[in-house]
Amino acid sequence: MSEKVYGLIAEFDSPAAILHAAEKVRDAGYRRWDTFTPFPIHGMEKVMNLGHSLAGWFSLALGGGAFLSVVGLIWFTNTFDYPLIVGGKPMFSPPMTFVPSYIMLIMGGAVGALVGMLALNQLPRLHHPLFKKPRFVLASRDKFFLLIGARDEKFCETETRQLLESIGGAHIEIVEDED
Amino acid sequence: MSEPVTNLTAFAAPAELRRAPVVECSGGLGVLTDKLSAFAEGKTPRWWWILFLPAAFCATVVLPFCLFYQVFTGVGVWGNNHPVMWGLDIVSFIWWVGVAHAGTLISALLFLTRQHWRTTIGRMAEAMTVFSVMMAGLYPAIHVGRAWFDWFMFPIPNSNGLWPQFRSPLMWDVFAVNTYMVVSMLFWFMGMIPDFAVLRDRATTRVRKIIFSLLAMGWTGSARHWHNYEKAYVVLSGLCTLLVFTVSSIVGLDFCTSQLAGWHATIFPLYFVIGAVFCGFGMVLVLLIPLRKWCHLEEIITMSHIDKVAKLTLVSGLMIAYIYAMEFFIAWYSGDPYENWVFGHRLFGHTYWIFGWMLIGINVCVTQLLWFKKVRANLKALFIIGLLINIGMLTERFVIVVGSLYQDFLPANWGKYIPTIWDIGLYLGTLGAFFMMYLLFVKFLPMIAISEVKGATPLGDPHHPLGGATTDQGGRP
Repeated sequence: MSEKVYGLIAEFDSPAAILHAAEKVRDAGYRRWDTFTPFPIHGMEKVMNLGHSLAGWFSLALGGGAFLSVVGLIWFTNTFDYPLIVGGKPMFSPPMTFVPSYIMLIMGGAVGALVGMLALNQLPRLHHPLFKKPRFVLASRDKFFLLIGARDEKFCETETRQLLESIGGAHIEIVEDED
Repeated sequence: MSEPVTNLTAFAAPAELRRAPVVECSGGLGVLTDKLSAFAEGKTPRWWWILFLPAAFCATVVLPFCLFYQVFTGVGVWGNNHPVMWGLDIVSFIWWVGVAHAGTLISALLFLTRQHWRTTIGRMAEAMTVFSVMMAGLYPAIHVGRAWFDWFMFPIPNSNGLWPQFRSPLMWDVFAVNTYMVVSMLFWFMGMIPDFAVLRDRATTRVRKIIFSLLAMGWTGSARHWHNYEKAYVVLSGLCTLLVFTVSSIVGLDFCTSQLAGWHATIFPLYFVIGAVFCGFGMVLVLLIPLRKWCHLEEIITMSHIDKVAKLTLVSGLMIAYIYAMEFFIAWYSGDPYENWVFGHRLFGHTYWIFGWMLIGINVCVTQLLWFKKVRANLKALFIIGLLINIGMLTERFVIVVGSLYQDFLPANWGKYIPTIWDIGLYLGTLGAFFMMYLLFVKFLPMIAISEVKGATPLGDPHHPLGGATTDQGGRP
């Protein structure tokens, strides 16, 4: 099993420090980099140019799908498969379908949001190269990490290390990935 | 291509405009993390066992015993009989659904309205929702009498060629309660993913490490993860907020679509929503106050947060008082003799009048104590008020359900309802199951949203001097 370089990681102390560092890494022209923080940092999505998350579309797709399927189910059952006269009303009318289909819209939307979040984040995964770094457990505690990926075109072990040092990163280490 | 550097200069606000932070965290984020995860990692205290054992007894002995006896014998073991076909089972069902609502309101609606103080109590409130919806869902499933035919309620293709009647609010209930259970669980679970990662990274034993690694699903706290997570969280909050207003409305529709005096009122869906939220806030107070003390969370869940919960309780209590007044007014104003009769008998009848007065005494009068700052600052008083509200709301549902059924349009039909030991045993059993699950949650899962609380502190704010922003006093007097 060969070990190859996954990236260089540096540690920062405060939310403002990581935000500044992220700006400088971006301005230095890097593209494949990420920050790891114990909580979302306000403004990071702008610095990293992440745009809009697509999780909402997953929710809309599943929610809308669930809504329409329940309307369809009620239409099919009440009109064809099992016509049921209730109070002399028409076999099918859109308003009568509203409540169950609306409820299922919520169900579908919620499942869609969670599934979308997991899919976009490529979770669940059992392993990540960063988990091998003993100091990385602090990423869920009080430290803020910045990783520059080795697959970045500009990545060069010495220069990238210098950049991370110059922007105030501590404990700069190479992250290795098993091939 | 590159945007201008984000301005992280913090302008020092004038003293009178400064807000107290949601959570003071003097020792730094690391110490805060220790404090927040201490209870889930520490030794089990004695009070936990003292509460857990009776709750577990009710959940694992009383509840199955009452359930099996009822299912094997029939609903006749309960006090339900003509004309009161809906007894304590439906009363408890509505009560449990109600308890759930405040949890969703706190965690979802207050999230959407950016009430940052909810971060400290949100998780505990969500857990309350999840467990109480489970308890609520149990009742209709066995109330049908033949529990093995429960699948008739779901729209599944079957050999009988039958489909449910989609125009019935009782059918909508099946959808609503199941959706509520699934969605509140998803919301609860998703909120916990980053906190599972915290517990995973802190785990000292191999078993804990494996369990929390699986639960955290490989969460790294990457900015990309957080970005999608926050979006999904907002969407889920929005959907949960819809549920706050939907589920109890549908339960209310079960009643108001009938022709019965006392039930047939357009105010019912709203009435049930407000009642549910009010009852739930009572339960939040009951759970929060002791846990805050016993788990040493006084610095996290501050008096200011409790004060806010108490104020919300007061607001929902005032709405309930208004609705009670409206019910009586409309009963009189409608000129309907049956309505008049039912509402007159709520307070001056010969059987259940005491409950009518209890309802007004507790839900309307006792709640007014929350106007006083002294009461809102007194934890014992708040705990007792919370308990009373729960009793009051159980009474309210009893008055609504039984009070309208026991004397209907024909005096020849009149009857009485007295809960049997099996009714009460089942209620006790669900109470036990609720508290057992809640105590297990408190002991083993992150009971406070660790990452959310950290993000709400000044140390977590990149625009705050404590979060590392440079201070700028210049240009200001």
